[in-house]
Amino acid sequence: MIGHWKKNFLAVVYLVAALFFIYIPVVVLVVFSFQDGQLPVPPFNGPSLQWYEKMFSNDRLVESLINSVVVAIISSLLATVMGFLAAYGMARHDIRFRAGVRFILMAPLTVSYLIIGIGLLITLNIFGIPKSLLTVGLGHIVINLPLCFAIIYSQFGGHLRNIDWAARDLGASDFQTLTRVIAPVMKPSLFAAFCLSATLSWDEFIIAFLLSRFEVTLPVIIFEMLRAGLTPEVNAAGTMVFAISMVTVAIAAIVVSVNFGARK
Amino acid sequence: MSDYLVELQGVSKKYGTTIAADNINLTISRGEFLVLLGPSGSGKTTILSMMGGFTVPSSGRLIIDGEDVTDVPPAFRPTVTVFQDYALFPHMSVYENVSFGLSMRKIPRFERDRLTQESLETVGLAGFGSRRVHQLSGGQQQRVALARAIAVEPAVLLLDEPLGALDLKIRRQMQEELVHLQKSLGATFVHVTHDQEEAMSISDNIALVNQGKIEDYGPPDRVYLRPSTLFAANFMGDSNILEGKIVSNQGGKTLVDTKIGRLRFEGEYRLGANVHVSLRPEQIRIGKAKGSEIISLGEILVSEVVFQGTHRLCHVRAGKEKDVKLLIRFPQEHIVKTGDSMSVFARESDAVLLND
Repeated sequence: MIGHWKKNFLAVVYLVAALFFIYIPVVVLVVFSFQDGQLPVPPFNGPSLQWYEKMFSNDRLVESLINSVVVAIISSLLATVMGFLAAYGMARHDIRFRAGVRFILMAPLTVSYLIIGIGLLITLNIFGIPKSLLTVGLGHIVINLPLCFAIIYSQFGGHLRNIDWAARDLGASDFQTLTRVIAPVMKPSLFAAFCLSATLSWDEFIIAFLLSRFEVTLPVIIFEMLRAGLTPEVNAAGTMVFAISMVTVAIAAIVVSVNFGARK
Repeated sequence: MSDYLVELQGVSKKYGTTIAADNINLTISRGEFLVLLGPSGSGKTTILSMMGGFTVPSSGRLIIDGEDVTDVPPAFRPTVTVFQDYALFPHMSVYENVSFGLSMRKIPRFERDRLTQESLETVGLAGFGSRRVHQLSGGQQQRVALARAIAVEPAVLLLDEPLGALDLKIRRQMQEELVHLQKSLGATFVHVTHDQEEAMSISDNIALVNQGKIEDYGPPDRVYLRPSTLFAANFMGDSNILEGKIVSNQGGKTLVDTKIGRLRFEGEYRLGANVHVSLRPEQIRIGKAKGSEIISLGEILVSEVVFQGTHRLCHVRAGKEKDVKLLIRFPQEHIVKTGDSMSVFARESDAVLLND
């Protein structure tokens, strides 16, 4: 009995400790974004929205926020579409070296963002392409395409082959088959891939830092603010980044579970 | 213009070193209900898939309605396939599914509406148009798949084990409905199945497929009663296969000695050859042999009796040494018990000499 109790006790301690270490940074970040004072350190001086007010009156920050949203949406859209087409091609056709092609498509997942960023930087230099939001977007497509491909490809089951054949058999062209049948059927995974890719792009720092120049994204601005010194405004910006990521992931999870739930 | 709607001329399909279809020659008449019957992995689905255009033959030609369609993609063939898993579009309503082919063909809306409703009525799903696919039962989904296929009025409807996923009662019902549908549309159906009872109850002709070849071809009663090969005799329901040796082949008659007696067949076959003879369980009857067309099969010993409603299925031992196992279907009124001994006979014309 005592052994059992001990085991349970240890498990609970472990759980609490793990959750504590995972969530304490986020909790601290969020709590001190409401700090009434100059420093985001204890003691907590009671809730105040002054840092949020300051943040939203910071033109450079608001501009970078918009940049981040634009880059996230456009790069994720493109990554999702490209990942979808690649997955469809791989699933539909009996291609040679299937494993090889899949490996090449997914291999970038294992490469660190820093390496990809430096590689892109050198490549851009060679071709004389100036750094801009566009190049940041390209960088995000590079890191998100393998992920989108992996998510979508995993959902291409055998039943889709017959659905694809049935559409063509009934006279649909390639384009009609893709847009009227396959894409709608795959909608939940396309949406999941898009949301995940958007959240990754949204708070991605290294590539955005390396490949941007005048126009920057939100994580780059937060980094600049941090270098100037720790203020609760950084906490407010961080809290916003975190909140938007969470909401996106939650929406994706709900949409996917509702859709897959209905099919069964 | 050829007499046949579909012609396969020496069609083969190889996957690496595996031969899925081996030099298939097959003709299908207009308005015929053909069943491709065979065990799984026999190549029947490959043959259907080549007719539908989803599999390109390695060699040979495929002619549909007088045109060589060997290299024509599915969309441009006068065929539509009903898939085993129905392959309905899950994001569309029943109506949208059925009208899909018509909208791809750019049929004007009014006409499209009419044809869609007609197809739904034909399969008994009038009023189901607004339902979602996943709200339907398996049998209903099957009907939607059929309606979607017949809406575009294909010259040939290809059915790939369409009833495989349904339970027995609905399957029997759908079999009847398929035949009724095919006759009323006057369409040509090619149906793939591994169920020999289903094949017999719906087909005009059966093509029995085994190891990529057509083993036997003909109307169901012929294929059942006079199977041309050992495989055909075994696959088409229960059969007693007897080993024998040809002992005489004179005057247009061949005599074969088996362990349960001497059998006589029309035609002359190679003397001394070892052959197989097939006799259906219901073709063996109780009693003493009388008359010239009747052959005695000697005494049998009943080793097991199974009452199956319409008949009594008996496992018996026959031959002088009682070492030949036979299966016999006795009528209900014959009360037989394990251990009973009796004389049995068969009509000479019922026994079939098989090609190996």
